[in-house]
Amino acid sequence: MLEVRNLSARWDGFAIDDISFSVAAGDYFVLLGPSGGGKTLVLEILAGLHPATGGTVLLDGREITGSRIQDRDLALVYQDRALFPHLTVHKNIAYGLAAQGVTRSKRLDRAAELAGQVGVAELLHRRPGTLSGGEAQRVALARALAREPKLLLLDEPLSALDIRAREKLRALLRQLHRAGNTIIHVTHDFEEAVSLASHVAIMAEGRIIQMGTRDEVFVEPRSRFVARFTGVDNFIEGEVTEAHDSSATFVADKATFQLAGAGFVGRGYLLFRRRDLEVHRQAPSPSPANLFTGRVVDLAPTRSGLEVRLDAQGLTLVAHVPRRQVAALELELGMEVYAVLREGAGRVVKA
Amino acid sequence: MPATRTRGVGIRWDPMQLAFAVLGGLVLLFIVAPLAGLFFFGGEPANVVAAAGNAELRDSIWLTLWTSMLATALLALAAVPFAYLLARKDFWGKRLVMGLVDLPTVIPHSAAGIAVLTVIARSSPLGQAAAGIGLDFVGHPAGIMVAMSFVSIPFLINAARDGFAAVPERLEKAALTLGASPLRVFLTIAVPLAWRAILSGFVLMWARGMSEFGAVVIVAYHPMTTPVLIWEWFGAYGLSYARPAAALFVLVCLVLFILLRLLARERDDA
Repeated sequence: MLEVRNLSARWDGFAIDDISFSVAAGDYFVLLGPSGGGKTLVLEILAGLHPATGGTVLLDGREITGSRIQDRDLALVYQDRALFPHLTVHKNIAYGLAAQGVTRSKRLDRAAELAGQVGVAELLHRRPGTLSGGEAQRVALARALAREPKLLLLDEPLSALDIRAREKLRALLRQLHRAGNTIIHVTHDFEEAVSLASHVAIMAEGRIIQMGTRDEVFVEPRSRFVARFTGVDNFIEGEVTEAHDSSATFVADKATFQLAGAGFVGRGYLLFRRRDLEVHRQAPSPSPANLFTGRVVDLAPTRSGLEVRLDAQGLTLVAHVPRRQVAALELELGMEVYAVLREGAGRVVKA
Repeated sequence: MPATRTRGVGIRWDPMQLAFAVLGGLVLLFIVAPLAGLFFFGGEPANVVAAAGNAELRDSIWLTLWTSMLATALLALAAVPFAYLLARKDFWGKRLVMGLVDLPTVIPHSAAGIAVLTVIARSSPLGQAAAGIGLDFVGHPAGIMVAMSFVSIPFLINAARDGFAAVPERLEKAALTLGASPLRVFLTIAVPLAWRAILSGFVLMWARGMSEFGAVVIVAYHPMTTPVLIWEWFGAYGLSYARPAAALFVLVCLVLFILLRLLARERDDA
């Protein structure tokens, strides 16, 4: 349905470069990435608010790269909603229908129906200024849906809401998706992406780093950014130098890891959780397979113990010390310690 | 009660604010005293009522009101879209254009009158063209309107431009993404949201046009607008004769402005 090829642009300090992706009808496509990565710029280019300096955008096979905003047949919901303050909720929702020449009574009927669908039926006569964040977002959604756009573009739709409103709105977005709407949703919130997306593209510094179905991206993260979100605290770039049926060697900088398997040889990422890295004051004996020496560079208390950041053989490793061991270890910043990767822990992902 | 306490802090004046308040009082006195004098000396109700009975004065007030109002309304049709353009679009020479818009406010009004007369006089191409359709600007309400507009149009353009600039452009873009044409966005988003500023500019232009003397007296001595009539009476019959007329005119202006302000407020609250 939507085909974006080699898009690049520069705007207001943000730049995107060589962005390509496609969205099929019925997809819920989430553009996930840290703030300042250019996600919103992509959305605004799709909507026609900013010009692209290169690349093409096709909607149902028709090129819309240079089309006028009002001719694009896709609807954008702004982060701050951008409801018209001088119009009632009812007229806000009906606004796009007036532009299509729908008669007044028909468009008000349709707007009331949409208000019912998004759960703001009782607010029709209110002004936007009197709505809560969640209510305003629902109105903005209804307003965008009124024209039955081919594609719904959502810019951080949940970020300005409190937790309860956010959960309810997520349910609404899932419902809109199930009803057949094709959605592109921009967010920096990993939870949002997990709970809503069918497809995900990870964006950082103006480029797409990884893209695929939700499971592909989150099970095999190819960036520290995604890895951290999936609960993987250690994300190490390196190379699988040897791989056999039940053993593999992974080399990163000056450190070498012995793993239970890899499935490939070549560039890749080693992933493991902080719980899989033990910290010792004395070298354990017999010496385990993956033993490293490192210096403590940060200590952060957590709910279940202590997070320890180590500078180990050129790598930054994150370990976890359970509460019952914290006192015995007496860790201090700058201390030289031993770290052991638990047997069987750690998996590698091809780069 | 915390609310009252906050208010209490607000009304505590420090010495500097007190000194400035005294200065402000002097400025206010400077404005109010002459007007008050107008009503106390010769502006007694009886005199004003008597003045209102004078058909020549009544006709001139009516003429002044409708010419200034019509001039404002006609010019607004072009000035408001122009103000929108100035607020939204950056183009080469924009600063020069904005300077040109302000020009009428900085030149002496008698000179403005001469300038306007040069363009619309019977001998000028425009004057001849107008004569072709049987219209003579000089000595005609049309000439009065041109003179009034020339000196007062900057007020409307500038107020409307500031009003449009204060409308978040995001709202207009949102309207565009909902499929509205730029003209529809202008009419349904920009104008309603800038309405207060436009109306305020409208009132300013109207008031400025109504009170114009210098340019009008040069372009059209007859038919007489009230400012010209007051001047004529003052010259011919003296201060005591002109004063009730002046008082009546000021009164009419005040009532109209207060009404318009109230109207604007109501519209805003709705």
